[in-house]
Amino acid sequence: MEAKKTMHAPKLHRFRASSVPRTRFATTEHPAVRWLLTGITVTFLTVFLLFPLFTVFHEAFSRGMEMYLASFDDRFIRHSIKLTLMTAAIAVPLNLIFGIAAAWAVTKFDFRGKSLLVTVIDLPFSVSPVIAGFVFILIFGAHGYLGPWVEKAGIQIVFAFPGIVLATTFGTVPFIARELIPLMEAQGRDEEYAAMTLGASGWRTFFKVTLPNVKWGLFYGVILCNARAMGEFGGVEVVSGSISGRTNTMTLQIQQLYFDYATVPAFAVASVLAFLALVTLILKNALEWWSHR
Amino acid sequence: MHNSKRIHRTSTLLVLRALLLSTPLLILGCGKKDDEASGERVEFLNVSYDPTREFYREFNRGFARHWEEKTGQRLNIDMSHGGSGRQARSVIDGIQADVVTLALAVDVDALAERGLLPRDWQSRLPDNSAPYQSTLAFLVRKGNPHNIRDWDDLIRPGVRVITPNPKTSGVARWNYLAAWGWALRHFDGDEAQVLDYMTKLFRNVPVLDTGARGSSTTFMDRRIGDVLINWENELLLALADRGDDFEIVVPSVSILAEPTVAWVDRNIDRRGTRAAAEAYLQFLYSDFGQELAGKHFYRPSNPAFLEKFEHQYPDLELFTIDDIFGGWATATERHFSDGGVFDQIFQR
Repeated sequence: MEAKKTMHAPKLHRFRASSVPRTRFATTEHPAVRWLLTGITVTFLTVFLLFPLFTVFHEAFSRGMEMYLASFDDRFIRHSIKLTLMTAAIAVPLNLIFGIAAAWAVTKFDFRGKSLLVTVIDLPFSVSPVIAGFVFILIFGAHGYLGPWVEKAGIQIVFAFPGIVLATTFGTVPFIARELIPLMEAQGRDEEYAAMTLGASGWRTFFKVTLPNVKWGLFYGVILCNARAMGEFGGVEVVSGSISGRTNTMTLQIQQLYFDYATVPAFAVASVLAFLALVTLILKNALEWWSHR
Repeated sequence: MHNSKRIHRTSTLLVLRALLLSTPLLILGCGKKDDEASGERVEFLNVSYDPTREFYREFNRGFARHWEEKTGQRLNIDMSHGGSGRQARSVIDGIQADVVTLALAVDVDALAERGLLPRDWQSRLPDNSAPYQSTLAFLVRKGNPHNIRDWDDLIRPGVRVITPNPKTSGVARWNYLAAWGWALRHFDGDEAQVLDYMTKLFRNVPVLDTGARGSSTTFMDRRIGDVLINWENELLLALADRGDDFEIVVPSVSILAEPTVAWVDRNIDRRGTRAAAEAYLQFLYSDFGQELAGKHFYRPSNPAFLEKFEHQYPDLELFTIDDIFGGWATATERHFSDGGVFDQIFQR
């Protein structure tokens, strides 16, 4: 939500700079109140965000750099990283296409069942990922609705890569659509109408008008979606069967290593995930900076 | 305007339709590529319970070497670990296990009920298909601050007991049955008193993990609880690693636990891995397998190897499930079915 606000921010800033007199303090509250509020925020952030993050890296490097690097010399760990990246590489583009299509349909057109569609897009947010995982077992498992058919076709869906992709895709469906819908709603349909009046086809309008208008929101949605896809745990845990070297994604491998009493490798993999998350945040900020220029 | 809107509506629908159609294709395509990447090695999967991680890691290396020397076939042996009941559930739901090495015969029976293997599976291998045995013991914090000596100490107020959930974990069922067996003897067969004891016991349990290893980490790493009831081999392993923090307490009596192994006929026949699966489990009874079982603190079923490792097992009186409960089928039906005795105890 914040991102959308900042995305319109440039105009707002210019307006305020000229018309509102600048004051030294943002509020007129007593300094003690301001210090107290700032203190609470800083403490909260330290305890709940910075400290856990620090712990991950601290544990990962607790036996030195060599042990840390040696952790990655393991076929199971390397496979889990590869599997996670491959899963995200499929789930994110799928949701990219779906997210744009859904946001486009919802904001630029009126049709029956629109509110139902919006609700359905939000479903993965409200349904526990574990339940999503079980749903796929109920559909594709050996005793599921499509189980016998899948088995006859010689395909393995659950407890294999396709199941992991399905669970991850399901869990990340709302991210891009949810990012685009409020943005596109705020932009309205006037520019599209103008394009059509000038004789542009539907596709042309979409690619030349609609899409360029939302590109920053779209990038942001992709980044969030990717972060979630790589960090997915609950749903994937149910459909994966937890086979090291085959169906363990990074999050599952971290749990497995922890249970194997392999603390350093567990936190080493965790540090990679945390590092990817940090990169995501930096990218996000860079994007915001770019979009403001 | 109305017209162009309709055109738009159709094109949106087209995009959505194309998406819906292409999604499964994309997913299937990628699934295939993943399989091919593994090359000429034959994939082999052992679905096991929780504390066998260290044992099978070493055993798999040994068997892969043995099998390649013997047949020239190279195996990629993968493992899946978790609570025994949950693992059986995964095999029923379609995980392609070539062999299962679970904590309870009744979990393998569940597979037999679904036709994954014949009902007489237990007689296919020596010693009721239990190549190694184990029992249960207590782990307490160094110095035994709560002075826990035997089963009756577990129900003292303020003692927190860590055991996994009998609904999902094999060892948890053994724990439950061992406690019941002790109480039955202690109260001279008075079931009302036994029930009372069991209720008090589970009131002292703050966390029910899904598997044996989860309980171990809860007790050892998260430092929750005063006593952990778990596999003897799991506790000896913990002690070998972190003997400064914990000590083992051996109760007066315990149950002889027989983790069982079986090849899954339905899967191996489809995948063409029968020869490897049968050889894999028979290799558990070989000198190599028995030696390794002893090294990882299991009790080898071969008496010669049991004697060799005798010194590491605590001396205690063991009863079997047949002695007290008349076998797994009866015990499961009475205690662990939905609404069974465990449910009643836990809800009290």
